[in-house]
Amino acid sequence: MKSCLIVDDSKVVRMVARKILHELNFETLEAADGSAALDICKKQIPDAVLLDWNMPVMDGIEFLRALRKLPGGSASIVVFCTTENDIDHIQTAIEAGANEYIMKPFDSEIIQAKFQQVGLL
Amino acid sequence: MKPDDFDLVCRLVKDRSGLILTRDKAYLLESRLMPVARRRGMKGLDELVGAIRGKGDEALLREVTEAMTTNESFFFRDIKPFEVFRQTILPRLISAREGKRTFRIWCAACSSGQEPYSLAMILKEEAARLSGWRQEILGTDISTEILAKAKAGAYSQFEVQRGLPIQLLLKYFKKKDDVWQIDPALKSMVQYREFNLLHDLKALGQFEVVYCRNVLIYFDQPTKSRVLEQISRLLQPDGVLFLGGAETVLGISDKFKPVPTQRGVYCLAGATQSLAG
Ligand SMILES: C[S@@+](CC[C@H](N)C(=O)[O-])C[C@H]1O[C@@H](n2cnc3c(N)ncnc32)[C@H](O)[C@@H]1O
Repeated sequence: MKSCLIVDDSKVVRMVARKILHELNFETLEAADGSAALDICKKQIPDAVLLDWNMPVMDGIEFLRALRKLPGGSASIVVFCTTENDIDHIQTAIEAGANEYIMKPFDSEIIQAKFQQVGLL
Repeated sequence: MKPDDFDLVCRLVKDRSGLILTRDKAYLLESRLMPVARRRGMKGLDELVGAIRGKGDEALLREVTEAMTTNESFFFRDIKPFEVFRQTILPRLISAREGKRTFRIWCAACSSGQEPYSLAMILKEEAARLSGWRQEILGTDISTEILAKAKAGAYSQFEVQRGLPIQLLLKYFKKKDDVWQIDPALKSMVQYREFNLLHDLKALGQFEVVYCRNVLIYFDQPTKSRVLEQISRLLQPDGVLFLGGAETVLGISDKFKPVPTQRGVYCLAGATQSLAG
């Protein structure tokens, strides 16, 4: 079973994402901000990360840059999932090493399609 | 809707497009036809059916038929058919047509354009190997309304998230307000034309590659056979046909045979060699 770390400051979003990912046969971990997510990754690098952008303490992009510097951190497949939907944000995310990008709102179909594209399914 | 009226509309739609509507689709029919009635200032479906019975009004009959088409499409739908094109068909096409340096691709029921534009993106990505080549992508559909959308090349956030890799979104689209607009260079690679698959297809010419995906499922057996037979005549001897995930030629047409190891890809029954291997 592959693991996916869900990083989002909204409990509701985490719950929805968790349900979808369980249906897709992922084992899930959760964090409410980038810094908590990084702590998890320092112990074990997840196969995938579903990542919000705007969060307190440490935002998604800062987390991603830090993750990519961790030993083994480049192997994790990172899919942004955020309300930021302009080209500049997407560009920044890709340059920081994101593998895919979902513009909220999201549903199971979009997550499945994107995860398939990056070879997670 | 009265059973008689339902049957009348079903017959009309089947005769004109091949689309089969079963009785359990009555709700669909009503919900699709109400807007047509409203646009024409009619009070309801009774008046609409009356007008259909009156015949004569070609525009109305066309509008009713178009309203019953299902136009759902995604970029790189099902992924595989596009991977096969990029990894297998295109390299073979390039070596097989080295002399002529030209090929034609046909999307036979292209709907809002995601399928031809996906192929255009693949060709663009491989542009270095295709410089000096004449490449044509033709997209046809029965619905003029959906073709207008294809030509506009403007997609919602929802549409660009279904199947389109983010790198390609960044590369080939610009965002204006809430709309993602496809690159003009990509747009110019695709020609759109209204065409009914039930009509004589000869005028379209010959093709190396045909995508006829997710339209045969709406037809009955005899119509499927007829359309496949026609397509077989438009295909170059080494050409390939892509069908949708729920479609097959098996038991429907002996003009094609499946390409072993490539699901959903077919070549002419008599071909000893095809672009798919
Ligand atoms: C579900 S879409 C398929 C789009 C695309 N090929 C794909 O796989 O995503 C089916 C399309 O077939 C078109 N269609 C239905 N009957 C047709 C006919 N007789 N001739 C041409 N197009 C037809 C509809 O207008 C619709 O746009």
